[in-house]
Amino acid sequence: MVVYALYSVAALLALAPIAILLGASARATVAVYGLSLVVTLILVIIALLSLFGYTTASSSVTLPLGLPWLGAHFRIDAVAAFFLVVVNLGGAAASLFALGYGRHEHSPQRVLPFYPVYLAAMNLVLMADDAFSFLVSWEFMSLTSWALVIAHHQLRENLRAGYIYLLMASFGTLALLLSFGLLAGPDGNYAFDAIRASHPSTGLAALVLILTIVGAGSKAGLVPLHAWLPLAHPAAPSHVSALMSGVMTKVAVYGFVRIVFDLLGTPAWWWSIVVLAVGGITAVMGVLYALMQRDLKRVLAYSTIENIGIIFAALGLALAFKAYGMPLAAALALTSGLFHVFNHSLFKSLLFFGAGAVLNATGTRDMEKLGGLIHRMPHTSFVFLVGCVAISALPPLNGFVSEWLTFQAILLSPQLPSWGLKLMVPAVGALLALSAALAAACFVRAFGFTFLGRARSTVASGAKETDGFSLAAMYFLAAACLIAGIVPGLFIDALAPVVQSLVGGRMPVQTGVEWMSIVPIAESRSSYNGLLLMAFMIISGMIAAFAIHRLASDKLRRGPAWGCGYPDPSQATQYTADSFAQPIRRVFGTVVFRAREIGDMPPPGSTAPARLTVELRDLIWDTLYAPIALGVAFAAERLNHLQFLTIRSYLSLVFAALVFLLLVLAIWP
Amino acid sequence: MRGIAFDVAHMLAGSLVLVSFIQLYQDRLMALINVFAAHALVLAASVAWQAFVQDAPHLYLTAVIALVFKAIVIPAALHRIIVKLGIHREIETVVGVGPTMLLGIGLVALSMVVMLRVTADADPLAREDLAFALSVILLGLLMMVTRRNAVSQVIGFMSLENGLVLAATGAKGMPLVVEISVAFSVLIAFIVIGIFLFRIRERFDTVDMQALDRFRGERR
Amino acid sequence: MAVIRDFAFQGMQMLLVLLLAPLLTGFVRKVKARLLRRQGPPLIQPYLDLIRLTRKDVVLADNASWLFRVIPYFVFATTWIAASLVPTFRSGLMFSWSADLIAIIAVLGSARFFLALAGLDVGTSFGGIGSSREVMIASLAEPAMLMIVFTLALIAGSTQLSTMSAFMNSPEVGLRVSLGLGLVALIIVAIAENARIPVDNPATHLELTMVHEAMVLEYSGRHLALIELSAALKLLLYVSLIACLFVPWGISPATAEPKLLIVGVAAYAAKLAVGGILLAVFETAIAKMRVFRVPAFLGAALMLGLLATLLLFVSRSF
Repeated sequence: MVVYALYSVAALLALAPIAILLGASARATVAVYGLSLVVTLILVIIALLSLFGYTTASSSVTLPLGLPWLGAHFRIDAVAAFFLVVVNLGGAAASLFALGYGRHEHSPQRVLPFYPVYLAAMNLVLMADDAFSFLVSWEFMSLTSWALVIAHHQLRENLRAGYIYLLMASFGTLALLLSFGLLAGPDGNYAFDAIRASHPSTGLAALVLILTIVGAGSKAGLVPLHAWLPLAHPAAPSHVSALMSGVMTKVAVYGFVRIVFDLLGTPAWWWSIVVLAVGGITAVMGVLYALMQRDLKRVLAYSTIENIGIIFAALGLALAFKAYGMPLAAALALTSGLFHVFNHSLFKSLLFFGAGAVLNATGTRDMEKLGGLIHRMPHTSFVFLVGCVAISALPPLNGFVSEWLTFQAILLSPQLPSWGLKLMVPAVGALLALSAALAAACFVRAFGFTFLGRARSTVASGAKETDGFSLAAMYFLAAACLIAGIVPGLFIDALAPVVQSLVGGRMPVQTGVEWMSIVPIAESRSSYNGLLLMAFMIISGMIAAFAIHRLASDKLRRGPAWGCGYPDPSQATQYTADSFAQPIRRVFGTVVFRAREIGDMPPPGSTAPARLTVELRDLIWDTLYAPIALGVAFAAERLNHLQFLTIRSYLSLVFAALVFLLLVLAIWP
Repeated sequence: MRGIAFDVAHMLAGSLVLVSFIQLYQDRLMALINVFAAHALVLAASVAWQAFVQDAPHLYLTAVIALVFKAIVIPAALHRIIVKLGIHREIETVVGVGPTMLLGIGLVALSMVVMLRVTADADPLAREDLAFALSVILLGLLMMVTRRNAVSQVIGFMSLENGLVLAATGAKGMPLVVEISVAFSVLIAFIVIGIFLFRIRERFDTVDMQALDRFRGERR
Repeated sequence: MAVIRDFAFQGMQMLLVLLLAPLLTGFVRKVKARLLRRQGPPLIQPYLDLIRLTRKDVVLADNASWLFRVIPYFVFATTWIAASLVPTFRSGLMFSWSADLIAIIAVLGSARFFLALAGLDVGTSFGGIGSSREVMIASLAEPAMLMIVFTLALIAGSTQLSTMSAFMNSPEVGLRVSLGLGLVALIIVAIAENARIPVDNPATHLELTMVHEAMVLEYSGRHLALIELSAALKLLLYVSLIACLFVPWGISPATAEPKLLIVGVAAYAAKLAVGGILLAVFETAIAKMRVFRVPAFLGAALMLGLLATLLLFVSRSF
């Protein structure tokens, strides 16, 4: 199977030169996205077949590439197969969306060649079976996505985003490089099989864990390594944003899972504390940032950070249970985390597509300039609403199911023997609950100010519904969200082999449960049935509608909205997104963002306008990144002198360096 | 009997922690003193229950001391002091209720982790009592740290002392002498602080501790 | 046969909550009026209001979208379902396993999500201010509620309401400080969720501090009737929830013979009456808070919930 998968990846790679040859023509767009769609769908099928174990043939291949004594190993096991499904499903949806959306691209020659390569690189990361090919593919993924981020390089902010992204990506890869270096040991056993067989000492394993959190976490967007993400994800074209947010962060999660759960052996109990804390804080910080943004795509990017936090909290919980040898509980926690990986890839892609459609129709991402789009873009607004409900963890859609499973796993925490974990896990649960409630607020805001109300600008009032391909992609994802929400049992069972291979246990089989409920532990403990809930909602809503319309009145009149006797025709009097967030800003922002409102009221008689300025400070940026940037600038200033030396001094520098290295070699034991 | 004995002791000690939190939540001095009286009242009830459960009559005396001095005499005296000082309507600017409460919850978690780990094979009654007592002590300290007004610092100190008494009664076999000496030392400390308050006030026209820092040459 | 009987019980509960909800609202209003030495409207006034509203035409704002018209039905349906899943007179009903307590809260959360969207749909400032405050309140009330659920679920070893209620009725519960904290926190959350004094005032329409009523200001006719009925159902739901968790006596278990049902219904009616009286007394005795005192009030509930979960570990059996 892995051979076919590699052929498909090769096909994706081959698309790049074709795209270059076709240039900026319309045919190029259709060819690249159409073929990418076909290839990713093939890859989905391959991954599904491997996941359900229909292929018993050896799924491992060694190519004579890379390091001469190592070769490039590729393999598809259950874990890789699951993530391949996530990546290629997202890739297929993005390609379908781009068939329509890509036609509006003003410089397609900057996007088309990189797009299929980017997809190929993500696939290669998942299939890599040795550290060398993993890192090469990882770096390839970073570079192609960087190229896509700066596709619209005319905007200064995009260039800045690209620069920061490049820095952080290199930093992350460096951390991963060191982590693999430590894992491989002095003998350089870079193949994953060899790494699995070697058992690193506790201190070494801890160091690897920290490096992995830094390396994979910076790609996934863990706080405080998230700074690049909300800049870079929105800067790319929307279908690429969807891929970066919905899919590439999952590849980062895969990196973490692969190293920590698979390669690193038995975890120590305190690892979970680190992961849980980082996850919980990331979840809350991410959504608080999201609530303060006015840029629709940036809201979505910050919300990705939140969801990554939820995923890592679930992974941390799984680590804790695994460390204490509780495979069933670990399986529940890990299933919830992986299910959220899948769910998030669906609804985040959907939301980015919706944002892309809005951007296309209006030319702006600023929510304060949108509004009323539900009248002009009914389909887009409907699917966007589905995405919003799903991501806000509300039943009966899929976001709720994974959140619910996480809470069920949290409720198992008293069985842990460690007192610290017993007390900490419920607190992380509180953070997750807080982030879920704030996420609902955030997406009421995102949907309400983009699609509801009256148009706040002429671009919004002149918007047109988006094209059929884009809508098809969005409806497909919305349907997937619904299906995963009402029959989650199928998905939980599909995850069983993945979980089994990582923690040595699995959740009870769900497909046989009557009425298609899900029962994570026991019927008397907890159960949930999204299908039934949805059926009840529809039936009772219909009953109410039918009864009232038949028995009472079904008349309808239109009139102006109530304005206390002062009808206001101006759109500017509507509530704004900033004022919507004001209560939450007052509650949380004063601590987290040092938020201050500065009112400037001119004296009586003056005709100057009154002003209200809100000052928000990004404390993480100020305390972590700004000093580093200052330090780098300072060092660069100092080293600048090196540029103006004479040739003789350069030569002596080189000579001194050589002698120094020789000296080091001489005294090295 | 065993179940009820534990349950009631647990309820009372838990309530003491809760009242400590209510103390942290108050931003008016008058209300703070009233809550402190409630704190002492709960302590007295808790000590009396311990006396009943452990069959240790001398603990009743401790309970009475707590009731008379801490729940009645000292709050009444403090009431008079703050009325005299004219600060009974003052709203204290605290560090911020939210962060303080969060910090408090963190301290409770910490004290529970420490106590439950250390006393793994002790009597469950003494075990939970000690965990609660340590929480009360830490919350009292937190109160002293986060308040600026000298009066609320005194109250923080005394609720800390309540935590010590709780710990002492929970652990069986604490001699009465220790009890009484602790109680009296606190009383004396209280009198001394009371006098100092007036002296400070005479000198500097305020009991705000930040104002005093100025005279030491700090915080320019 | 058993299936039909189970189905009948489930149907009975659905009808019962639907019919009782306006009565509870009317009862609270009546008690409040009597406490203020007023005669007050008759007990059945909410029913009359609802009937009158459904007969009137709907006046829709020019700008309202299809979402605005669908939301009342959705909100009503979700609230009704949630209310039917909380054990009232009998536990272990036919569909009680389709949603546990966490799911019930989330179902109410989706009702609120859509109601907040309805507030934004017309594009007036009233709706905006209402929605904005509603989500702020929810952002604190929901985690507080989940912490309460955690506390109770850790004690009872289940999130299934029937199991929890049965456990709370057994002698194993004991006196626990966590339960007290949980109860207080649950009451605070219930007050905030139902937009009662001191968080919000259900009796006013045009006041700068209003929250829920501002959000639904644009609704009229049958839509408003549904929203009001949902509000009444939600109040009933929270009273039932507190009753089934903290005063679980009298709920007839699923295996009990039908005779015990009468006891169950009578006990339920008595609990509702007591709950209504307590609510009325509390609302009469207290003044409404400033909007920006509300976060501290709800924050206290969140802290209590968190503290309750922590203190659980020093109570018995942990």
